[in-house]
Amino acid sequence: MSESTNESNTNTQSNGSSNTPEKSSKKSVRWVGAPKLGIMDALYLPAIAAGVGTTIRRIFEKNETREYPEVEPDIPPNYRGVHRLNRDSKGRVKCVACFLCQTACPANCITIHAAPAPKDDPNWADRDKFPASFEIDELRCIYCGMCEQACPVDAIELTSIYDLTGLTREEMIYDKEKLLEVFDQTSQTGKDPVRTKSGVLGPASEILVDQSKPAKS
Amino acid sequence: MGSKVVVDDIEVEVDPKQNLVQAAEKAGVEIPHYCWHHDLSVVASCRMCLVETGTKKDDGSVVMNPRLVPACQTPCSPGTIVKTQSDKVKQAQQQTLEYLLLNHPLDCSICDQAGECYLQDYTYKYGKSESRLDEPKVQRMDKYHIGEQIALFTDRCVMCTRCVRFTREISGTAELQVINRGSVEEIDVFPGQPCDNKLAGNVVDLCPVGALCSKDFLYKKRVWWLKSADSVCSGCSTGCSIHIDQNENKVYRVRPRENELAQGSFMCDDGRFGWKYIHSESRLISPRMGRVNATGSSENGKAKDATKIGNGKVIPTGEGQPIFIDPWPDFLIQVRGAINEAAKHHAKKFLAVLSPFMTCEEAYLLCSYLRSVDKHVTFALGPVPVVGSDDHYPKRPNGQAVEGEAIKFTIRAEKCPNKRGVEAVLGHYDDQVRSFDWALAQIDQGHFEAAYVVGGYPEAWLDSSAVSRLSKLKLLIVQDILSSSLTDIADYVLPGSAFAEREGTVVNHSGLAQVQRLAIRPPAEAWSDGRILMNLASRTGLFNAQVVRAEMATRIAKFRGLGNGEVGEQGVQVL
Repeated sequence: MSESTNESNTNTQSNGSSNTPEKSSKKSVRWVGAPKLGIMDALYLPAIAAGVGTTIRRIFEKNETREYPEVEPDIPPNYRGVHRLNRDSKGRVKCVACFLCQTACPANCITIHAAPAPKDDPNWADRDKFPASFEIDELRCIYCGMCEQACPVDAIELTSIYDLTGLTREEMIYDKEKLLEVFDQTSQTGKDPVRTKSGVLGPASEILVDQSKPAKS
Repeated sequence: MGSKVVVDDIEVEVDPKQNLVQAAEKAGVEIPHYCWHHDLSVVASCRMCLVETGTKKDDGSVVMNPRLVPACQTPCSPGTIVKTQSDKVKQAQQQTLEYLLLNHPLDCSICDQAGECYLQDYTYKYGKSESRLDEPKVQRMDKYHIGEQIALFTDRCVMCTRCVRFTREISGTAELQVINRGSVEEIDVFPGQPCDNKLAGNVVDLCPVGALCSKDFLYKKRVWWLKSADSVCSGCSTGCSIHIDQNENKVYRVRPRENELAQGSFMCDDGRFGWKYIHSESRLISPRMGRVNATGSSENGKAKDATKIGNGKVIPTGEGQPIFIDPWPDFLIQVRGAINEAAKHHAKKFLAVLSPFMTCEEAYLLCSYLRSVDKHVTFALGPVPVVGSDDHYPKRPNGQAVEGEAIKFTIRAEKCPNKRGVEAVLGHYDDQVRSFDWALAQIDQGHFEAAYVVGGYPEAWLDSSAVSRLSKLKLLIVQDILSSSLTDIADYVLPGSAFAEREGTVVNHSGLAQVQRLAIRPPAEAWSDGRILMNLASRTGLFNAQVVRAEMATRIAKFRGLGNGEVGEQGVQVL
């Protein structure tokens, strides 16, 4: 009796879903179904008691509920949220318009127009190329972080800003000014992404700015 | 009589006048080099092509030379054994690259050459991943004064002097030179004498690194996004083989394509920068019916945009989503009707003017179509633009060009790509090729009442007197690319394609037939000329240049050399 229980059980289960004889004859396939309810299980009373027990235990445990949006969560610094365009030590956009982020982007959400840097402005004398416009379609973006990895000068980064909203699609296309604003906002509030520490950027980013000085750490 | 050379155990037979770089190329082995270029003299200064050489003795033993030699300067003497993969060679390559990169700014991220830079490629293949330099790099000023079209990023230069040799040996103008010596040597020009000769743009292509950049292309597009199509320049009858580099249906630059049969390795700046008209604002972008008067409005309410009549209109539907209907089918029916009507009325008074900017296929399609309508239709060749006289290079120090064998490049006076090809087609249909002036004189005498005129010129090509003479015609059909006073007086305007937007054969001054291949689509509602003529002639199928070419080869004796329509990259000598 006990030897055949398993097999009869599996047969019953398989008959419920399909009647093909090949399947039941194949020993290698083991059909698993819900266990048969015993009389105690059918009463449901032990389960109800266990549930009430859980509820009572939770009353005395630490409260895990988050009062969002009144209390905002603490987002880890390696979170991939809204992009920002970093500024260099002179406050200019750090991006050199190399187009690597646009090339790396799998969602085609970055559009850059490069131009020769305004050399007449003494502030820009040491720069050759800069992004005349830099747009990211935040709706197309899949927040994979490839742009950040591709950037040779650490100019583009993903911040921990996650609650991105807008009333129109146009509003969600972030231009250069808007992306620089995100930098100002995040660097002032000390919410810098993990790759930079309070506004000081990595060594690679300093090469084009001033080659004579060693990179700050 | 070739000499046998063994490169990395691969035996090849080469001309003894060639060098080891060329022998290795034949063996399928790459010897990296910067300063050597097959059209320029050998200086062996970059030291990138150092290889180990040896000779095979009669007893079969191999004796290797202890010293490395520059492959570009070593001729292929019989029995030479070349090793490019030995440790000694690899070490030399690494050291050379380390030296070249000592003061290189490594600003690949903003350098236009990145992606097609030999310094990048060779460093990746043969170099080291790090530099041992502790000192600050020498920084030098960029020179935007090198030429009207050329900027020099001085600190990227590897001092290969290809550009200097080009201006001395090919253009003969010798503007560029090396100033200073040692670690401070630089490329420069004499003060106030920029490198503005007609071949100056070639130094940008010759530069193996990003030192010399084209101001026209500067920062416009990263090169890895450009897709290139092999084509032929239509600036003059030299018919330089070119690459057309485009991205998203916009041409960004034109580069010479090496073709010994056509022009060699270079091209002139007129062709290199003279393609801008294909993106002109005044391109014709949709078919139009009826003449336009001086104020641009319609005459007697007759002029209508074909997009606004008959079938060709944008119909606003109730859903708010407009449906666009192709204006061409209806338009072509009207044009065909007008041609048939005119030919039926008086076929001898129907004139067709073929432009030397047309491809042979287009000329053939138009001629065969019109002759099928009526065999009395008259053909004439449109005006052939000639500016000055042929410009030969290199120039002598006194500014005069060299002559005969010494000529290395010629910019032709005849500023159209296919005069000979169209003449060959016209010569097949008529005994003689009639000129445009003859046609105008006949119009004055009232011998013609209707005309089909093909343009395609890069600028307005008729003066006002010719236009006013053509306006006397009862029917004027114009197939052109740019809006002009001629298209304003036309009863039917067929917007065609520029050279980058079509496929077809052009025959250069020496009778070499080459193929212009499609790089981009024609703008908006314009069609490629081949497609227009296929549809106008009601031929079945889509326009396929090769098929038409093969057909042309069987019908026209002069084009027999085109065979089955396969022309290849270099072209075929036909005339």
